[in-house]
Amino acid sequence: MRVVTLKINGQEMSGRDDEDILHVAREHGIDIPTLCQLDGVSEWGGCRLCLVEIEGSPKLSAACVTKVSEGMVVNTNTERLAGYRKSIVEMLFTEGNHVCSVCVSNNNCELQDMSHELKIDHISLPYRYPLKEVDASHDLFIFDANRCILCTRCIRVCDEVEGAHTWDIAGRGIKSQLISDLHQPWGDSPSCTSCGKCVEACPTGALFEKGKAAGEMVKDARFLVYLEEMKEEKS
Amino acid sequence: MISENSDTASNLPKLATVWLDGCSGCHMSLLDMDHRLLTLLEQADLVYSPLVDQKHFPDYVDITLVEGAISSEADLEKILHVRAHTKILVSLGDCAVTANVPSLRNPLGVNAILERVSAGGLPKQPDTVPLLCAHARPVHTAVKVDLFVPGCPPSADTIFLVISELLAGRQPDLHAITRFGL
Repeated sequence: MRVVTLKINGQEMSGRDDEDILHVAREHGIDIPTLCQLDGVSEWGGCRLCLVEIEGSPKLSAACVTKVSEGMVVNTNTERLAGYRKSIVEMLFTEGNHVCSVCVSNNNCELQDMSHELKIDHISLPYRYPLKEVDASHDLFIFDANRCILCTRCIRVCDEVEGAHTWDIAGRGIKSQLISDLHQPWGDSPSCTSCGKCVEACPTGALFEKGKAAGEMVKDARFLVYLEEMKEEKS
Repeated sequence: MISENSDTASNLPKLATVWLDGCSGCHMSLLDMDHRLLTLLEQADLVYSPLVDQKHFPDYVDITLVEGAISSEADLEKILHVRAHTKILVSLGDCAVTANVPSLRNPLGVNAILERVSAGGLPKQPDTVPLLCAHARPVHTAVKVDLFVPGCPPSADTIFLVISELLAGRQPDLHAITRFGL
């Protein structure tokens, strides 16, 4: 490990060369939008919202999975990036069935917050209105695929923190879907410990506690950071 | 709330509100402006609205606020007419902006909904009962919309700001006070 110096949005800063652009930027007060990133679990790079421009590179890079290096010059908030981010979030809205007003997570949803942050006041892309299922077979929780944005935060927290690996993704492309165990009802899952970490890690109303009505599901995944710190202290 | 000037020639800007597939909550929010309604009616004539007794949409309207999604053939016909006779068209509330609650039926299909809700398929009198479109959809998917006001419903303060800014010839900045779902 060594310390490197780089420039993000014209601001000189330094970071460790084993750190990614996202975390070095945040340490220096520069926020880059994310949805699939969650402190306390591994980086995935799937939502593409943290795409940044790196001078000298023709392609865009996901800040959460790109390590900083000496002399790197990064831009995080150009007009081009803002356009892509808007499109990405609009596509998330069109690929599912997100009806904020009647959602359990209304006003406590990272997708809703992101649409506001990116100043999206309507969806310009055509909606797909896919027919998706709701799995209410678990005693305590419900999975509503209509609200799932496939960020895989539930998968990672279940696998890496709880050690159960109940969740996974089946299918490819637009047919990708979250499944429990071997695509069986969540309530029949032999691996699920009912710990609820996936529910807290979920950024939308896709995973929620039974009995919650519109706007009542408040989530908090900050316990993951403490778990991470405790793990580091132990090792 | 009939404007005193509605029957006589007036030089005031013409304001209208239209109700498509929505719960009327946005119109209730409009009424929540209370005494500020009187302030607005000094600046504009309300020439068409579910709240006034006027059967036909006028030939020319300066500002029209639309509540609700486009769900039926009648909604579609109405919004095309409204657009053709309106200078500034405003999508008011989540149903107009995103199709919101009416869109919950979209993945299921029209037939399934009619079987479940109306007990027995397509309407028997299509002349009097409008046919449902395949999807309930946002207003901007059918006609050009000049301003989007998300919210379920947008607050009375927001609606007051929208109307007064548009009447003053300005584009209101709504980012800080509106968002989907709230």
